[in-house]
Amino acid sequence: MGITQILFWGLSVLAIFAAIMVVASKSPVHSILSLIVVFFAMSGHYILLNAQFLAIVNIIVYAGAIMVLFLFVVMLMNLNAGSEPQKHRMLQFAGLISGGCLFLVIISAISETPQAAGNVMIGTGNSGLIKNLGMVLFKDYVIPFEISSILFLSAMIGAVMIGKKN
Amino acid sequence: MEIKWYIGLAVALFCTGVVGVLVRRNSIIIFMCIELMLNAVNLLLVAFSKMHASSPAAIADPSIVSNAQIFVFFIMVVAAAEVSVGLAIIVMLYRNTRSVDVNFLNRLKH
Repeated sequence: MGITQILFWGLSVLAIFAAIMVVASKSPVHSILSLIVVFFAMSGHYILLNAQFLAIVNIIVYAGAIMVLFLFVVMLMNLNAGSEPQKHRMLQFAGLISGGCLFLVIISAISETPQAAGNVMIGTGNSGLIKNLGMVLFKDYVIPFEISSILFLSAMIGAVMIGKKN
Repeated sequence: MEIKWYIGLAVALFCTGVVGVLVRRNSIIIFMCIELMLNAVNLLLVAFSKMHASSPAAIADPSIVSNAQIFVFFIMVVAAAEVSVGLAIIVMLYRNTRSVDVNFLNRLKH
């Protein structure tokens, strides 16, 4: 078992454990901090897959910007474990059962397909480097790139319009 | 590393997000579980693109391996826009009802 496999399993266990903590923890602030751990584990996976650009973007955009926004909103509302709304026990149990059934169905369906048998070459290839991604992004995907800037503009206007006091 | 472990990890993270959406009533936590599901899909896209990097079509034209990573990049862009609007809606909900409980939203039915 090489170092990359040890890293893969360590990051996977960390990601799943932190994801369960996101759902299970009572305090919203602890949920957000667990989600940041999930995003860092994801970035580690991207680095193992030689997608360095995505790893950095994941840290900067998700763990940096989006989660700070979440944390800011939670602190603004002064939420804590005491004011946390709770669902009925039976409904929680039903949600857990249905999520577990979804997991089992997807896993058993995918394990039968021949397409799901292949090897991922960890740590090889240079398709994830900024140079190659930039060439593809600004040659083949320049129209979607510009459209996404319009999407950001409309999202900004929408956030201001919704958040405005009237 | 075989692709099935990546599929298992992504499905486990996705189903954790689904359970979170079903189990919790705090709208911020529900929103974070949606982010978790988006991230699981991103990881699977990158893993599949690396799996197909050794196929004959990808060796002939290396830029097609980058396409999946461009898709992931656009998913992140859309998620960032979604978060800004969604958090504005949650702040507005809190300002009107003094709570982030999604059960208060059932008055939208009437």
